[in-house]
Amino acid sequence: MKVLVAVKRVVDYNVKVRAKADGSDVDLNNVKMAINPFCEIAVEEAVRLKEAGVATEVIAVSVGEKSCQEQIRTAMALGADRGIQVETDAGVEPLVVAKLLKGVVDKEQPQLVILGKQSIDGDNNQTGQMLGALANMAQGTFASEVVVDGDKVNVTREVDGGLQTVSLNLPAIVTTDLRLNEPRYASLPNIMKAKKKQLDVYSPADLGVEVTSHLTQVKVEPPAERKAGVKVADVDELIDKLKNEAKVIS
Amino acid sequence: MSDPYFEEEHNILRDQIKRFVAREIVPYGEAWEEQGYVPRELLKKMGEMGLFGLMHEEKYGGSGMDIRAATVLAEELAQSTFGGVTVTALVHTNMASPHLALAGSATQKEKYLPGIVEGSKITAVCVTEPGAGSDVAGIRTRAVLDGNEWVINGSKIFITNGVYGDIYFVAAKTDPDAKGSRGISIFIVEKGTPGFTVGRSLKKHGWKSSDTAELFFENVRIPAENLLGEVNKGFYSIMKNFQHERIVLSAMAVSEAQKAIDITVENVKNRKAFDGTLWDKGVIREKMARAQSKVSIARNFVHYVSWLDTQGGDCIKEVSMLKAYACDIANEVMYDCMQFHGGMGFMSESPIERLYRDSRVLPVGGGATEVMYEEVAKRM
Repeated sequence: MKVLVAVKRVVDYNVKVRAKADGSDVDLNNVKMAINPFCEIAVEEAVRLKEAGVATEVIAVSVGEKSCQEQIRTAMALGADRGIQVETDAGVEPLVVAKLLKGVVDKEQPQLVILGKQSIDGDNNQTGQMLGALANMAQGTFASEVVVDGDKVNVTREVDGGLQTVSLNLPAIVTTDLRLNEPRYASLPNIMKAKKKQLDVYSPADLGVEVTSHLTQVKVEPPAERKAGVKVADVDELIDKLKNEAKVIS
Repeated sequence: MSDPYFEEEHNILRDQIKRFVAREIVPYGEAWEEQGYVPRELLKKMGEMGLFGLMHEEKYGGSGMDIRAATVLAEELAQSTFGGVTVTALVHTNMASPHLALAGSATQKEKYLPGIVEGSKITAVCVTEPGAGSDVAGIRTRAVLDGNEWVINGSKIFITNGVYGDIYFVAAKTDPDAKGSRGISIFIVEKGTPGFTVGRSLKKHGWKSSDTAELFFENVRIPAENLLGEVNKGFYSIMKNFQHERIVLSAMAVSEAQKAIDITVENVKNRKAFDGTLWDKGVIREKMARAQSKVSIARNFVHYVSWLDTQGGDCIKEVSMLKAYACDIANEVMYDCMQFHGGMGFMSESPIERLYRDSRVLPVGGGATEVMYEEVAKRM
């Protein structure tokens, strides 16, 4: 079984990002970048499937500028067999990424596609679902457990009320939640081995996809600073303030 | 963020160590400070990740990388705020085991290096004595060849990894008549060799999770083949590794200083005082900006010198400048950072207190600032 894993290059989770002065975007100048943590979990799951003898090949794919090859190499250092970069300099939105991934799915015909449920930069939580629709594949999102069983995959999902298990026909799409696994550390010898693994680069045109934007970013601004609290004399005053000032109860 | 001196594999390595530090070191560091040493399990985990084989040959399990990988290791371990953990690892990787890698015979390397790379055998280097520090020529420990055995007598002090180490590289005089630094040889001494004892575990001002020992050698008999490199040429072997040792210590110093700044800025931005936060005060803003400028410039020099070392030429002047400057400014920065923590900075539970204590030894160990500047002056 071939497994395709998507990885994204995002701002490192330790970085405290700042909005640009003109409010046009987050300031990414000289900011440390890293693999999206949810994608790291996706890679780990795919590699475990391979180690368990369920998967035969793990392919890591990323969409972005040349620099995202670093994240593909990280995935290969963690155990992916080869990599694919879809090279584009355009800031790509979830629908475009999903279309490009659909192109890769058509080329590679994986039985299972594993993605992070969201990336920590845009927090869109859309790509996996969109890919499911475009590729007409079953989807199990927010996975906390993935068990492949013959031509099905059982995915336990973290939902509001607790856990839900869905049984999907392969080929299928899984998006990972935080508690699916704890990713391993890539050892240095494996980092060096990853340098020699195959990494193919496609353009969107190679996949028959035109990169067009459907979204406009209106404004990026930092969250409002938290104001100091106030002390109330009694419960009546508290209720009054909640009703008339904060307007959170009526 | 691109840094012209590093390659993609260094960036990947950095991210992996970063995650390792956050998960495997930070939550437990305080307990290790308390017990006075780093547990062997942690060192084995580091070995599994390949962190102890960064620069060792691939045939012994290493990765054959250059000093830049060690710089990355030093910087990321230092971010843990536990200097004792950092130095335990760095002594093993860049101060002790390189003696074997540089001067050892194929047989010696085959015997010891795989265990060193795995982290099952931890190494220490024993040069300093009560009467000889930076002036290596003054050591008094003696080794005499008796048949096919060397007999070692003497003592060593301030030996990092000395209490819980397994393999010791010991400098001893083999020609007492030789002048200056000549007549010194290095020997491999294994823990448990009769006559070789740990006198005491030394209590320290900082680096509390690192074990430091005074060691005694009383008629310690080791096989002739445990001589490392050539007889009477040990000083040159010690010298060979100085530059790498100093680069990683500088990387550690600068990274710890950066961490101190990060902690302090976070702290002063939240600390309410005089109708605002401390961060609103010009005197604090200016001092922290000054500290950050020094640290950023020093970090750049760490990276440049790490790269310069890979270019094959002599870089003693640059390394000496780096070692002196980086370790000095680390202490300056720590002073201000501790000051801006107020009373809390004086409490042992605050990381800045530990960073402050840990930084004090940096201008002393691995080449004192004064000696370093003399090396610079000689080349001016």
